[in-house]
Amino acid sequence: MSLLLEALGEGSIRVGAHADDWQHAVRLAGDALVASGRTSDDYTQAMIDTVLELGAYIVIAPGLAMPHARPSEAVLHTGLSLVTLDQPVKFGHHKNDPVSVVFGLAALDHDRHLELLSEFAAKMQQPGFVNSLLTCPDEATIRGLFA
Amino acid sequence: MKIIAVCGAGIGTSVLLKMNAEKVLRTLGLTATVEAADIETARASRDAQILLTTPEIVEKLQGLPSEVIAIEHVFDLTEISEKLSKSML
Repeated sequence: MSLLLEALGEGSIRVGAHADDWQHAVRLAGDALVASGRTSDDYTQAMIDTVLELGAYIVIAPGLAMPHARPSEAVLHTGLSLVTLDQPVKFGHHKNDPVSVVFGLAALDHDRHLELLSEFAAKMQQPGFVNSLLTCPDEATIRGLFA
Repeated sequence: MKIIAVCGAGIGTSVLLKMNAEKVLRTLGLTATVEAADIETARASRDAQILLTTPEIVEKLQGLPSEVIAIEHVFDLTEISEKLSKSML
């Protein structure tokens, strides 16, 4: 199994969810991390607070946000969540808005998830990969893309 | 030469920047140590020649001896390559 599939635990993927605004979108990604047993609710708030404090730098590529916060007691296991949105929302990024794909990231420390992010980067750098996530009708199809 | 890739938490954006910067440096044939760190750690460590970050974070890194380079698109190796080589070559 790829590290990405392992990081995307049961309950961590939501397809075609609706978010009213960016905070809602980050909350959906946080809830999916909680649902898959990777974080507690405090981590979701920490991800939102990071954007409130530092701006929308988590919108790392066109249409793609990767909310995350510092390693803390709110992180139970390293993991990812994935939320695709039915309608894109603006995060306030000057170039990469609006966002349709949200990956929540939680890490136990600064080092042990590097290989995971390396796999993540390789996927995101495939031309058209982010858009192909948006055309997936269900979780099984999405998991297929990460296999 | 030491480069620190900087983001708010030091686990996500900065790590992606670090990995892509290392890739670019290999292609350019340049040697440098690249670390990933959060803003506080990067500010405390004053031995880096270059701080690599995103535009939102640039102002949090002012007043340091290092050059600050902002990358708009973390996965855009061409952008990283152009900006790093402009600074290093």
